Amino acid sequence: MSLLEVKNLQVRVEEREILHGLSLTVNPGEVHAIMGPNGSGKSTLSHVIAGKPGYQVTGGEILFKGEDLLEMAPDVRAAKGVFLAFQYPVEIPGVATMNFLRTALNAQRKARGESEYSTPDFLKKVREVAASLNIPQDMLRRGVNVGFSGGEKKRNEILQMALFQPSLCILDEMDSGLDIDALRVAADGVNALRSPERAMVVITHYQRLLNYIVPDVVHVMSKGRVVKSGGKELALELEASGYAQFEDAA
Amino acid sequence: MAAVQETVDRVRRIDVDQYRYGFETLIESDKAPKGLSEDTVRFISAKKNEPAWMLEWRLEAYRRWLTMTEPKWARVDYPKIDYQDLYYYSAPKKKEIGSLDEVDPEILKTYEKLGIPLREVEMLEGVVRPEGERRIAVDAVFDSVSVATTFQKELKAAGVIFMPISEAIREHPELVKKYLGTVVPTTDNYFATLNSAVFSDGSFVYVPPGVRCPMELSTYFRINERNTGQFERTLIIADKGAYVSYLEGCTAPQRDENQLHAAVVELVTHDDAEIKYSTVQNWYPGNSEGKGGIYNFVTKRGDCRGNNSKISWTQVETGSAITWKYPSCILRGDNSRGEFYSIAISNGHQQVDSGTKMIHLGKNTTSRIISKGIAAGVSQNTYRGLVTAHRKATGARNFTACDSLLIGDKCGAHTVPYVEAKNSSALFEHEATTSKISEDVLFYCVQRGLSQEEAVGLVVNGFVKDVLQQLPMEFAVEAQKLISISLEGSVG
Repeated sequence: MSLLEVKNLQVRVEEREILHGLSLTVNPGEVHAIMGPNGSGKSTLSHVIAGKPGYQVTGGEILFKGEDLLEMAPDVRAAKGVFLAFQYPVEIPGVATMNFLRTALNAQRKARGESEYSTPDFLKKVREVAASLNIPQDMLRRGVNVGFSGGEKKRNEILQMALFQPSLCILDEMDSGLDIDALRVAADGVNALRSPERAMVVITHYQRLLNYIVPDVVHVMSKGRVVKSGGKELALELEASGYAQFEDAA
Repeated sequence: MAAVQETVDRVRRIDVDQYRYGFETLIESDKAPKGLSEDTVRFISAKKNEPAWMLEWRLEAYRRWLTMTEPKWARVDYPKIDYQDLYYYSAPKKKEIGSLDEVDPEILKTYEKLGIPLREVEMLEGVVRPEGERRIAVDAVFDSVSVATTFQKELKAAGVIFMPISEAIREHPELVKKYLGTVVPTTDNYFATLNSAVFSDGSFVYVPPGVRCPMELSTYFRINERNTGQFERTLIIADKGAYVSYLEGCTAPQRDENQLHAAVVELVTHDDAEIKYSTVQNWYPGNSEGKGGIYNFVTKRGDCRGNNSKISWTQVETGSAITWKYPSCILRGDNSRGEFYSIAISNGHQQVDSGTKMIHLGKNTTSRIISKGIAAGVSQNTYRGLVTAHRKATGARNFTACDSLLIGDKCGAHTVPYVEAKNSSALFEHEATTSKISEDVLFYCVQRGLSQEEAVGLVVNGFVKDVLQQLPMEFAVEAQKLISISLEGSVG
């Protein structure tokens, strides 16, 4: 069974249709890249999969592990294994990162009927993962993303990904605002999480990121549809020729 | 539907009607006749076996009250109170209690439901507690009579006096006479004057020179009888170099009629003394149509009478239909310090007008105000504060930070600061922010597996963290839960 099946998805924001019948199938173990110009609907797709309010689905369906994803509340989707790494992670003043991680992880485990982590087990796990991502302990004591640099915010997203072990990771413009060193650290973190059970959808403007996270499939989006799909070489082709050639196709 | 809108609707649906402490204890009670007159005052005084001077003090206040009018400057709106339609005294029938076993089991059950550590069974049976575990002595005020006071013996050994004020009037008249009404005079304001005339009970604390009170002192107020006002009077004195931490918690059962509550709290610190006064107030706020709920008109004031003394108020206000309350500090002694840490949450139809007054009279006095207001539903939440430096208060310093958080678009947050410096060396800082709980923040939390309600609770608890940290540990945990309950209705 496919992990994620998006079938003929139509989405509106207020009166404007953003996605006009988008289809996408992602199998476990695969890494898909979604590329496309600004305004092609890439971020909308990631938001609709994660369940962000404000979008109106007017047609089509999304199946996750065979279940109707659109029927589920966003927190239920998270517990079922949908993870969205945000382009701009928000700041939550006064809520220590460690506390946030623990609250979220235990909420997910509880929703799945699993036992909550004990404090020592949880701390041990976080420290391990944090160390592998070069995240200092001090950062975990600070408020969630408060005063974090761009790189720290992205590493914090990957830290959560590593902790929650989701089966579908959607990375929205992970490379935005990162210098090349920070990008490498983040990409290493993502690559470490690649596994035969887990799929990733990497949303990006630029081919650059795909040098570090090498995809199995590349999709080109334009004006709310997938207009072309291919192997990783498609990304290089795009880099050379630009998106303009697809504008007409859409 | 937008995330915030969903939250707002949910909050609206579940909030106030699910008041957790809305139960009534059926016990016989001993009431004064309805209405207020000199006879009512005499009745109360007689019930308490008060000496003549106390009755005279009350009557003077009552006569003064007749000449006063209800203040109208606060940003609260409520129907006219009929002062003749209230009972001013109500006590459980059985009194003169020697030990907890004699307390009406119905009353004890009420406290058990509230989760108050009233029973000192462990102590009596000699159960050894782990080293370092903190204990709390409770003076429980059930309607108008202090039902039982725990840990009396241990406090006595330390020289600390902690008893119902009605007892203190009989047993320590010299102390009561010396201090009562010296911080909040009988003429102070309409509600304080009313309290002076008809106060029924409350707590009295005296900590002698150099003594650090060996435990947290606590009182629990509860309004049970229909249509009775609760008029407690609390008086706490920390003599030279003494320290005491006092906790006050309040709940009231669910009612249709509004109930009047007009308390007075007076604190006095002498040289080098410190009082830390913490309140968690979760009285019935009224139902989802704004019907019922407590009217809370409270005068709380501390007098840093001695040099280098300190008074710190911390409050978590989540209940009451109307809150009118300004715990204040008079910084009389040189180098004295006043602090006010406040979390005020309003939901449903609640109206809060609360803040503080820091009155700098002595040299090099300092004060700090951290106020966090959270408004949800169709509530109105006002911070009103006064910071003033007297001509002689050279080197006075104040820092004020007022932050407001709005949940939804039908509530209001207001900040009304009054700042007066009458000498050029005073340094006053004021910061104020107002923010809305952001949809993006909520979605971020929900994407990580938190429910909508948990997300709101988390964000709000982050918002109030600076103040929660000021509360004693046991209270901080309770307060954190209460904040979640009052905003989400996630009642266990």
